Amino acid sequence: MPGSSAARTTDVVVVGGGVIGLAIAWQAALRGLTVTVLDPAPGSGASHAAAGMLAPVTEVHYGEERLLRLNLASAQRYPTFAAELTEATGRDVGYRQTGTLAVATDADDRAVLADLHRFQLSLGLTVELLTSREARRLEPMLAPGIRSGLLVAGDHQVDNRLLATALLAAAVAVGVDVRTDRAAGIVTTAERATGVRLGDGDTLAAGTVVLAAGCWSPQVAGVPTDVVPPTRPVKGQIVRLRGPAGFLGRNVRAVVGGTHLYLVPRADGEIVIGATAEEQGYDVTVRAGGVYELLRDAHTLVPGIAELELTETYAGLRPGSPDNAPMIGRTALAGLVAATGHYRNGILLTPATADAVADLLATGVEPEVIRPFSPQRFARERVWSMRVTA
Amino acid sequence: MDDPLVIAGEAFGSRLIIGTGGAPSLESLEQAARASGAEMATVALRRVDPSARGSVLDVLRALGLRILPNTAGCYTAGEALLTARLAREALDTSWVKLEVIADERTLLPDPVELLDAAERLVDDGFVVLPYTNDDPILARRLEQVGCAAVMPLGAPIGSGLGIRNPHNIELIVEAAGVPVVLDAGLGTASDAAIAMELGCDAVLLASAVTRAREPALMAEAMRKAVEAGRLARRAGRIPQRRFAAASTPSEGALHFVQPAQPQR
Repeated sequence: MPGSSAARTTDVVVVGGGVIGLAIAWQAALRGLTVTVLDPAPGSGASHAAAGMLAPVTEVHYGEERLLRLNLASAQRYPTFAAELTEATGRDVGYRQTGTLAVATDADDRAVLADLHRFQLSLGLTVELLTSREARRLEPMLAPGIRSGLLVAGDHQVDNRLLATALLAAAVAVGVDVRTDRAAGIVTTAERATGVRLGDGDTLAAGTVVLAAGCWSPQVAGVPTDVVPPTRPVKGQIVRLRGPAGFLGRNVRAVVGGTHLYLVPRADGEIVIGATAEEQGYDVTVRAGGVYELLRDAHTLVPGIAELELTETYAGLRPGSPDNAPMIGRTALAGLVAATGHYRNGILLTPATADAVADLLATGVEPEVIRPFSPQRFARERVWSMRVTA
Repeated sequence: MDDPLVIAGEAFGSRLIIGTGGAPSLESLEQAARASGAEMATVALRRVDPSARGSVLDVLRALGLRILPNTAGCYTAGEALLTARLAREALDTSWVKLEVIADERTLLPDPVELLDAAERLVDDGFVVLPYTNDDPILARRLEQVGCAAVMPLGAPIGSGLGIRNPHNIELIVEAAGVPVVLDAGLGTASDAAIAMELGCDAVLLASAVTRAREPALMAEAMRKAVEAGRLARRAGRIPQRRFAAASTPSEGALHFVQPAQPQR
């Protein structure tokens, strides 16, 4: 910036060092761009809170068919993405092709599961319907009372915390400058984003700014009101237990009394149980009721968890979006690209988002796969135009 | 406004009140709220922070809906009072949908705690709209302690079973001096129409719309059903009878089959 002695120029500045921002930085640097990432605590937000379930098929919802296609594409990319990351860093990211078993706990929830099964089949997805007995043969720790199961052999998992650490290492290894400065605001010159103003007042000039600050994206100043991505925090409380390895063989999920629950078993015996979904602003207080309900429902499903060690209770903030789908691509402000609002699917969508945004940054052409998820799709709706100050 | 719903002196053009629980996304909630034509929406204050931006409250406000905070998730009168007071402070409204449930399995109201909470909230200056069992006596007691409406259930929350005891709903309607709002248990449009035909003044529903495959379509169906049921109630249904009664007038037809009388 003219007049600023501290001005430096890079091709890309990424605001936000969660898995999305770090993966974009890594992939952009691999394509020959100079990249800086700004985050006071990289990998500490939703990337740290998540469970790492990669379950596009069991996670499918009515009205979200477009999102399903992106989710499936990203799931398909995962094995090579994880392998490349391990090769680049020497770190394992806990990518496990274990499959997912969805079960019902009573007749009402069984009807919900049957409805999901019909929907999955109508979408051409591969799902196997099991009896209670067949489900319990696969997962002997399941309660005797469970009713039927859906086995999705293609829904997997990754250890999101290992993933974040590995992405940080991979980015640094290819020359990404990861700085713990806070991005105070986007600098615009002649209706174009030209850099980022840092917390200490310095300016970092950049060819393109990537806004990947999750639910904090609307708090980055300097973005015109109608360009601000309409993300909001959706609080999730989550519990971690430690048991013997192999206690559960695969992801187990269920609808218990109408609410969704999942248990994700790591190779080392850790079991991640989640998660609540609460509209509580930026509050990350762990509450007794949230933990109680998770453990109560998990105990209904897998009674044996009562004997496991309770190692962590945690609350994180998912970056929610109006239609539950992410905002990826060019914004209405030239020079500003968004990659945020991934809501429940941030870990799953990391490879697809990173590939697409890095391609966009390197070639200037927006890949077909992200077109339905343009950040500009909400622009005409006054109701989504916001400036978050909370 | 023709045939308004009046609660505590305030008039509403729509007789459909929506709940927000179970909406798959904010966008789907926004589309459903528009399609429903509702002017009031109830929100669980335990699940939504009123100061958070971009949340369900902002969406409802942008659409111009009146927010009716509710005390969902409370098991005791004490909790309900605390929640209602927090809501009044945060949302600057003295209106509250009072919900005091007995257990998680049925989510049925606890009548003893409900009446206690209603009385104390009314005394504290609240406009109280209690979610109640379909019990005519309890409804009367709630009216007697000063509730602005009574809101009997059709069936347990989220069950979609429709109105299980229409006779009790009729008894409540006949005796009530305040609006009766059928709240909870509706599954589809005909359930809403039946509620209005039974004489309810309005319908409050959430899951039937938010958990439908196409929430906005179901919201439109519910709007039309509530309007149709209200019109039918005002028009007055015909008495039911065991055998047919031809709808074509029979007077003047008889001479056709009688032999012609020679004129004198």
